[in-house]
Amino acid sequence: MNQVIARADADSMPSVTTERGERAVFCGLTSIIWLHRRIQDAFFLVVGSRTCAHLLQSAAGVMIFAEPRFATAILGERDLAGMADCHEELDRVVSELLERRPDIRRLFLVGSCPSEVIKLDLANAAARLQGVHENRLRISAFSGSGIETTFTQGEDQCLASMVPDLPAAPEESQRLMVVGTIADIIEEQFRRHFAQLGITDVDFFPAARADNLPPVGPGTRVLLAQPYVSDTVSALLKRGAKLVSAPYPLGIEGTLAWFQAAAAEWGNSPESVQEALAIPIARAQKSLAKTRESLQGRTLHFLPDSQLELPLARFLRDECGMSLIEVATPFLDQTLMADELKRLGSEVSIVEGSDLDSALARVRASRPDLTVCGMGIANPLEAEGLRTKWSIELIFTPIQGFDQVADLAGLFARPLTRERQLEVGSWS
Amino acid sequence: MELTLWTYEGPPHVGAIRVAASMREVHLVLHAPQGDTYADLLFTMIEREGRRPPVTWTTFQARDLGSSTAEMVIETLQGACERYQPQVLLVAESCTGELIQDQPGALAKGAGLSAPVIPIEMAAYTRKENWGASETFYQLVRGLLAGQVPKPGEERAPRAPDQAPSVNLLGPTKLGFRCRDDVVEVRRLLESMGVRVNVVAPLDATPRDLLRIPEADANINLAPEVSDLTCEWLRRHFKQPTISTVPLGWGATRDFIAEVIETLGLDIDPDAVGESRLPWYSRSVDSTYLTGKRVFIFADGTHALAAARMARDEMGFEVVGLGTYSRERARDVRALASEYGLEALITDDYLAVERAVTELQPELVLGTQMERHIAKRLGIPCAVISTPAHVQDYPARYSPQMGFEGTNVIFDTWVHPLIMGLEEHLLTMFRDDFEFNDDAVPSHLGGEGGGAQQPDKVTPMIPAEPGAVAWAVSAEKELRKIPFFVRGKARRNTEHFAQEQGLSVIDVETLYEAKAHFSR
Repeated sequence: MNQVIARADADSMPSVTTERGERAVFCGLTSIIWLHRRIQDAFFLVVGSRTCAHLLQSAAGVMIFAEPRFATAILGERDLAGMADCHEELDRVVSELLERRPDIRRLFLVGSCPSEVIKLDLANAAARLQGVHENRLRISAFSGSGIETTFTQGEDQCLASMVPDLPAAPEESQRLMVVGTIADIIEEQFRRHFAQLGITDVDFFPAARADNLPPVGPGTRVLLAQPYVSDTVSALLKRGAKLVSAPYPLGIEGTLAWFQAAAAEWGNSPESVQEALAIPIARAQKSLAKTRESLQGRTLHFLPDSQLELPLARFLRDECGMSLIEVATPFLDQTLMADELKRLGSEVSIVEGSDLDSALARVRASRPDLTVCGMGIANPLEAEGLRTKWSIELIFTPIQGFDQVADLAGLFARPLTRERQLEVGSWS
Repeated sequence: MELTLWTYEGPPHVGAIRVAASMREVHLVLHAPQGDTYADLLFTMIEREGRRPPVTWTTFQARDLGSSTAEMVIETLQGACERYQPQVLLVAESCTGELIQDQPGALAKGAGLSAPVIPIEMAAYTRKENWGASETFYQLVRGLLAGQVPKPGEERAPRAPDQAPSVNLLGPTKLGFRCRDDVVEVRRLLESMGVRVNVVAPLDATPRDLLRIPEADANINLAPEVSDLTCEWLRRHFKQPTISTVPLGWGATRDFIAEVIETLGLDIDPDAVGESRLPWYSRSVDSTYLTGKRVFIFADGTHALAAARMARDEMGFEVVGLGTYSRERARDVRALASEYGLEALITDDYLAVERAVTELQPELVLGTQMERHIAKRLGIPCAVISTPAHVQDYPARYSPQMGFEGTNVIFDTWVHPLIMGLEEHLLTMFRDDFEFNDDAVPSHLGGEGGGAQQPDKVTPMIPAEPGAVAWAVSAEKELRKIPFFVRGKARRNTEHFAQEQGLSVIDVETLYEAKAHFSR
């Protein structure tokens, strides 16, 4: 079921093949694992099945949190058979929950595959519950279901659900809004860099506190820290914001171009940005040099997973000297990836979507030095003698910005270093 | 609708995957939405499997609903048959698959597939993982053996005199607790008794192996959560007796040997079969300090029952709490608990278990991955004895729980997290020793419970009730001198005592009054 999409500017852009078939990816609920750490006073209540609860505790070793700020309201047969009114049940569960956790300032009702198939209207429920609990906290709903969302798209839906609550920014003020969850340490670095560039009106969305909602209006310049926020961007544009076209802040080139794109909105020249950030850039170059040696000339295959594949591929090819065999991504937003596609150029073959068995067959045929894939597939490929990097680590690790460049390269270098180092048995 | 934080069991289709992943030459097609494939990583990450579970998922999305999901099922079935050429194709649905009512089982029957199809109804909204494993195994065995069922009244032919007695080991699966090593250990034990193991299933069996199940003289119900139903069906239809003692623990292993001898009519001395170090280790003087250690047990039914017996009768502990998340085994666990003078905790609510542990302040917790977290938070030593378990509970070393070697492994596993006898005394005597004090982590404990997290530094889950008694500064100071591994219990006991006595303030005297009151 492959089809190559012809494009007008096919000469300079990567060829994109669409594939349909089995998809080995997480659903959007998985985003809750990092979102609930980022938004520290939010609670995520999944309305779903035992499968949803099981996914959340299996997908990452997050059981270190005795009482996490997420839970599942598991639909039972009584709910499905109409013997219990789902909305009444939900009201009861929410009251129970808020009694236990009076510290919660925002509650997300998170839709799942079952809740969507039975057409349980959670947006409606959120509005009704907001009425009941009035000013105590904000309640909104979004979908993290596998039928609607793939892995990181859960964050997109979550953020998009908050956009209507953002206060209106005064017309005349120009502010920068950085969108997409990043580690606290990176937020601080970025704030320092923006300050060096004279940009001090900067908001990060989502913020660490649910009440800390950034204002939005025609003066808002949206800069993306993560590539998977398509619906959030649409919602922000509808509120008058303007999207700054940029690559993603991965690698030295990506990060520099990202700051340059933002700074241009404040009238700074690219050269002045390079000059202002010369110290972190030099530091990044120095630290990357060592790791680069292990990656130089090695081949790389991305299986579709997080939507970070394109910028990562660009970084690993351009700055680490790797050679790209295939770059697959679960979903390709041409607008948000415009800059990355241009940088990747026509040499690269991109696959959008997934047909697991044929993708694995291609990996087995080309035997890349490194395959980036989901956790379910990594060990089986290792057992076949192929080195892998499991991609969820790329979401849970601070990888953006200059001072993380070597760490990012290190994530890819480590499996290859390990292969050289181990004198035990054989990998193939 | 039920509010859940952590869940002890996955959904039933995960049980079906466990059975399929345990076997060879079987493939499972699951009608499920995108995202449900997370289940693969349970096997490839937690158990470090070097192959993907033999499952093909339809992974439908919203755009497929209402139009093409049934076609996707047929395409997926055909693709899986072609690619994997299984001896048997299992077909099931996950929770969302069940809601869209495509009936993949019926579709598979009509799809003209090259492999025989066994559909399995999962009842995702009422059942759980172990039930799913049990049902899948049962349907598979029944489906394959239906043609061989003897006519009513037909007697089993007696075993030929020149044939060794034989049994099947039924129940061990992937992601079961130490199943890999338990099979090796039980097989070794049986072979030492002159008993041949005919078929082990589901673990490593092919469907063709299942066809040979009726050849054995009896079935060993090694993992009742998974194999009870199948053993019962084989008993009824093939007149194969079930050996139902699970050889977990020294006494249970001896009972198991006796039951094997009895069932198969063997002429051997039960006392001459195998040896365990547990009885001597437990009787040796060093173990005296284990006496009366207060132990809390929570596990699947089989492991909870076995651990309770071992804890009391073989280690000399006091069982202060006993429970299970396996509702199917609730009756057995309740019965044993009442024999121990306890009320069993039957729940799959993690918070209820945490409340019970917090309340009881045991000196050792024997539980699952969940209880490991509870115990860690409360600073109580813990050993994992049952699923759900995490990657560290699938060890590289040979580490069976069953049979005599299993008793050796369990003795070590349960004793290692505890403070050793003399160390305990020294800690009590010289509590202000600058290098050897409460805040110093005992050498052998590492990160596993103990001094690293002191109970009174952890914010309690349950807020102090209104009207709670206050501690005088002097009493609080005295309490600090009690070794940390019993301090939580001392604090709680003293508070209970003070409340019972109607006291509003606890002073040093109250502390010692309470100690006398609760002394055993």
